[in-house]
Amino acid sequence: MMAQIQKGNDRLDLAPKKFNMWIFIFTSFMFFAALTSGFIVYSGGKGHGLNVIMPDAFKYSTAVIILSSITLFLASKAAKGLQFDKQRMFLWLTFVLGVTFFAIQVYAWYVLTYKMNIFLTDTNASRSFVYIFTGMHLVHIIAAILLLLNTLRGTYKNIPQVRNMFKMEMTSIFWHFLGIIWIYLYVFLLLNQN
Amino acid sequence: MSTLAVHDHGVAHHDDHGHEHHHNQSFLSKYVFSMDHKMIAKQFLITGITMAVIAMILSILFRIQLAYPDKTFPLLTTLLGRFAPNGRISADFYLSLVTIHGTIMVFFVLTAGLSGTFANLLIPLQIGARDMASPFMNMLSYWFFFMASVVMLSSFLVQKGPASGGWTIYPPLSALPKAMPGSGEGMTLWLISMVMFVASSLMGGINYVSTVLNMRTKGMDLWKMPLTIWALFLTAILGILAFPVLVAGVVLLIFDRSFGTSFYLSDIVLNGVQQPYEGGSPILFQHLFWFLGHPEVYIVIMPAMGISSEVMSVNSRKPIFGYHAMVYSLIGITVLSFIVWGHHMFVTGMNPFLGGVFMITTLIIAVPSAVKTFNWLATLWRGNIRFTPAMLFAIGMVSFFISGGLTGIFLGNAALDINLHDTYFVVAHFHLVMGSAAIFGMLAGVYHWFPKMFGKMMDEKLGYLHFWLTFIGAYLVFFPMHFMGLDGVPRRYYAFTEFVSMQRWLTVNTFITWAAIMAACAQVAFLYNFITSIFIGKKATQNPWESNTLEWTTPVEHLHGNWPGEIPTVYRWPYDYSKPGAEEDYIPQTVPFSQTMSSNLPHDFEDNPKGLEELNKFTSTLKANEQVK
Repeated sequence: MMAQIQKGNDRLDLAPKKFNMWIFIFTSFMFFAALTSGFIVYSGGKGHGLNVIMPDAFKYSTAVIILSSITLFLASKAAKGLQFDKQRMFLWLTFVLGVTFFAIQVYAWYVLTYKMNIFLTDTNASRSFVYIFTGMHLVHIIAAILLLLNTLRGTYKNIPQVRNMFKMEMTSIFWHFLGIIWIYLYVFLLLNQN
Repeated sequence: MSTLAVHDHGVAHHDDHGHEHHHNQSFLSKYVFSMDHKMIAKQFLITGITMAVIAMILSILFRIQLAYPDKTFPLLTTLLGRFAPNGRISADFYLSLVTIHGTIMVFFVLTAGLSGTFANLLIPLQIGARDMASPFMNMLSYWFFFMASVVMLSSFLVQKGPASGGWTIYPPLSALPKAMPGSGEGMTLWLISMVMFVASSLMGGINYVSTVLNMRTKGMDLWKMPLTIWALFLTAILGILAFPVLVAGVVLLIFDRSFGTSFYLSDIVLNGVQQPYEGGSPILFQHLFWFLGHPEVYIVIMPAMGISSEVMSVNSRKPIFGYHAMVYSLIGITVLSFIVWGHHMFVTGMNPFLGGVFMITTLIIAVPSAVKTFNWLATLWRGNIRFTPAMLFAIGMVSFFISGGLTGIFLGNAALDINLHDTYFVVAHFHLVMGSAAIFGMLAGVYHWFPKMFGKMMDEKLGYLHFWLTFIGAYLVFFPMHFMGLDGVPRRYYAFTEFVSMQRWLTVNTFITWAAIMAACAQVAFLYNFITSIFIGKKATQNPWESNTLEWTTPVEHLHGNWPGEIPTVYRWPYDYSKPGAEEDYIPQTVPFSQTMSSNLPHDFEDNPKGLEELNKFTSTLKANEQVK
C-alpha cells in the first residue's frame, strides 16, 4: 500500500531503524537533562530548597521497574532461544510490571498531595518539579507500554524471527532506558530533597 | 512520543510490501502520503515557500504601519477587519504581526523549509541510498510540520488574534492568558503548533543522522561526503540536542499557563489584582529557551553554508578551498553553539563574570565563521566562474554573512550590549546574518537543485532579476537599521516615531518600507519562475551543471529507490573540478582512479600503496616515452 521501496539486490536493512531508536533516546535524555537543569537553576537561583522527604512509594516503584527490566531481558533471551511461549509469558509479566509502576507513581502523587500537602501548584516550584519529573516520565512509560504491546501482538501473529528480534530489541532499548532515567530522576530527587 | 509505536507499524508495512515491485501507486500514496524522500522534499519546499510568502506579507503590513503611523488605509480595514479598525493596524495586531513573522520565518521557513527540503532531497541522493532510514517516520515528519503550519495560521482566525509576545514568547506575557489579547487562545495555538513542529523536526533529524551514518554507499566514507551532507548532518545533530530543551521549557510554560504552577511567575499584578503566583523565575525560561534558541540560529544558517559551499565549488569549477577546514569549522560551530546562549541574556542581571565567559565563547565563534568566509572567497579566487542564478545567490549569501557577522562581534560584547540590546541594531544584525544569508542559501539551493527536483530548468533571466532586486532590496532594508539601533531606537515598538527624540527616523522608515515593498515584488518574479518552470520549463539534462556529486547520476525521471540498477560506488571526493591533466573540468565521484591515470596525483593515494605504485609506474613510463621522443 504505502511502502514500495524497490529493494533490488539490497537486503532489508533494519540496523538504521534501530539506530533511530538510539538517537531518539538521546533526544529524550536531553529533555530530562533540561528539566533537571531547570530544577538546579531554579532552586539554586531562588534559594528554594525542595525540603520534602520522598514518599516510600518511589522505592517500591524503583524496585518494580528494575524487576520489569529483568523480565524483559528474560523475554529477549527466550526469543533468542526460539522459546516463544516463554517469551510471551515474560512479555506479559513485563507489561504487568509496567502498569504496576504506573499505578505506584500515581499513588505516590496521591501520597504527596493528600498525606504530605505537597501540591503541584506549590509556590515553591521545586516541589512542582517533582510532579513534572514523574509525570513526563510516565508519558514515556505510556509510549513504552504501547511499544511493548505491539511486540506482544507480533508474537501472536507468527512473524519472521528477524522481525520478532527486531521488535524485541527496539522495545528493550527503550524500556531499559526508561528504567535508567527513572533511577536518575529518583537519585536526583533524593540528593536534592534537603 | 507515541510516534515510536506508530513508527514500528511503519516497519511492519515494509515487511508486508517491501518486496513487491512496480506497484501502481495511487494518487494519495504518490503525492500526498508519499514515503519517497524526493516527494517529501518537494512537499517541504512548497509548504516552506507558501509560509515564507505569508510571513513576507505580514512584514509588509507592519512596515506600512511603521512608515505611515498617521495615515489611514481603508483597504487595510477591508482586508483585516477588526485587526485594523479605521484603516490603521491596531497596536495589538502589530505585535502579533511581528511575532508570527518571526516565528514563521525562523521555524517554518528556515528550519523546516530549508533543512526539511534539502536534507530530504540531498541526503539519500548524495550519499547513495535508496531512501531514508525510516521512510514512514519521514512522512510523519512532513505531516506534523503541515499540521503545525495550519495550526499556527489558524491563530489569525481566533477572536483576540495570534500570539503577540514576540517569537521568544517570554513569560509572564506568554504565561498569563489574560496579560494581553495575544496571550489568550492565540498563545495556546502557538504552543500547540510548536509542539507539533518540534515533533516533526525531531523525527526528521533522527532520520537524517541515522541515514548519513548507516546508509552510505560503497566507498562513501565520511571524508568523501559533499559539504552539503556534512552541514545537514551537523544541523540535524544540533536539532536533536536542542529541541528537547525547548520542549522542556514549553512544558513548564504550559503548566504555568494552564495548571497554576509558578515556575516562571512571581509577584504578578494584573489589572490591579495581585495574582497568587509566587517564587517563579522568568529568567529560567530564558535559559531554557536560549539553550535551544542559539543552536537554532545555526540550524538555520548551517544548511545554507553547506549549500553555498557546494554551489560555489561547482560554479567556480574549482575544488572547494580547504575542505577539511570547512568540515572542522562546521563541527566547531556546532560545539560552540551550545555554550553561548547567555549572550542573549547579558542584560537580565547576570553576574558580570558569567557575562564575560559567554562573551569569550561568543567571540570564539568568529574563528570558524571567518575560516568559512575566507575559504569561500578563496574558492572564488581565479575560478572559472559560471554566474548561474544559484551561484549569484550563493555569493549573496557570503556577502550577507560577512556584513551581518561583523555586527555580531559588537553584539557579542557584554558591555556594548547594554546599549544595543533590543534595538534595531539587533534587528539589522540577525536579519542580515541569519535571515537574508539563510534565505539566499535556500534560494541558491532551489535554483541549483530545481532540475533534480522537477526535471525542468528554471528561467535564468528571471533568476537574475530576482537576485539583483532581492540583494539590493535586502541591503536597503536592513543597512539603515544599524544606525537607528545605534541611536537607541527599540525594536517591536508600534509607533516609536511618536517619541520626539525619534521623530527624525520617520523618513528612514518610509524609505525602508518602500525598499521592502520592492524586494517583496521581486519575489513575484521568483514565484512565477518557480511555478511556470515546473510545468513549461525547459527539460533538464541529467547533469546540467556538470557536477561531481551522486545525485546527478540518477535518471531525470524520478523513480522510487533513486537508481534503476545497483547504487553506484564512490571512488573519490566530490570536488575534483578542473583537475590538471583531466579530459574534462569535472570528474564525477563514481569515476575510479584507474580511468583517470593522466590526472592522478600522489596524494590521491594516501592510504592506498598499491594505487601509488601504479601511479609511479604510469608516470615513469610517461617520462620514458618522452625521453624517447
